[in-house]
Amino acid sequence: MLAESLALTAALFIIGVVGVLIHRNAIIIFMCVELMLTAVNLTFVAFSRFYGTAGQVFVVFVMTVSAAEAAVGLAIIIAIFRHRQTVDLRNINLLKG
Amino acid sequence: MEPHYPLFYVFHFYLFGVIALASAIAFVTRKNPVTAALWLVNTMFSLAALYVMLDAQFIGVIQVLLYAGAIMVVFLFVVMLLNLGHPSELADLRGTGWRLAAGLLGLGLLSEIMVIIRAKLPQQLIVPRDFNEQQLQKLNAVGTIAAPLFKDYLLAFELTSVLLLVAIAGAVVLARGRTVSAR
Repeated sequence: MLAESLALTAALFIIGVVGVLIHRNAIIIFMCVELMLTAVNLTFVAFSRFYGTAGQVFVVFVMTVSAAEAAVGLAIIIAIFRHRQTVDLRNINLLKG
Repeated sequence: MEPHYPLFYVFHFYLFGVIALASAIAFVTRKNPVTAALWLVNTMFSLAALYVMLDAQFIGVIQVLLYAGAIMVVFLFVVMLLNLGHPSELADLRGTGWRLAAGLLGLGLLSEIMVIIRAKLPQQLIVPRDFNEQQLQKLNAVGTIAAPLFKDYLLAFELTSVLLLVAIAGAVVLARGRTVSAR
């Protein structure tokens, strides 16, 4: 089942990448990033069957990092929303030259 | 190298894989953030089932608790706090040019990864076939992860707790705004 898991991982990761590119809503873009992290977790679990259970420890770390990322990212979105009243990326272009 | 799997196992593996994939595609094409979040929860649940089938029961449980339970609730909470998903805001997807470029980039990346995952695995690192079952028998589902986490990866574990502390402090500072200092 390793090949199938890796193919599924690749497909889910690419769906996340495409989602980041085609959406304008910052919250949905964050959810796409979460999907990409989860896809990587599936790789770790699939490989842990062949390379020992240490791979599953890394899944715990990835989940922790994604939880921290979600907390900080959503706080940033709330801060932006307070200033601009929107989360549409077209209106968040302060750094554009 | 891979053991033979019964048809029942293979059928359910493909079933949950297809559910995960279909939910992910449904998730990425939604415009409403709430609908998208619920499709993503569906993907997370199917992935949890796949984790259990891949002998990672504890990971499957914390996938449900942490992703579907905690992280997605935070997302939905923010969506509802900001009152998003209003019909006037639903011009969410980018234009045709962006979508075409994203599709092409996605296909390119997909073919790249498909080539990469056909590479041969390093044989000398592979553990014996019943190693994971022995670990499960000896340490049970939680101990399989807890033993290396608190022995071999203790420093990383402690650093992760610092990371979480920083994230909590950062989230509070960012989301609180200037209401306190303005007074």
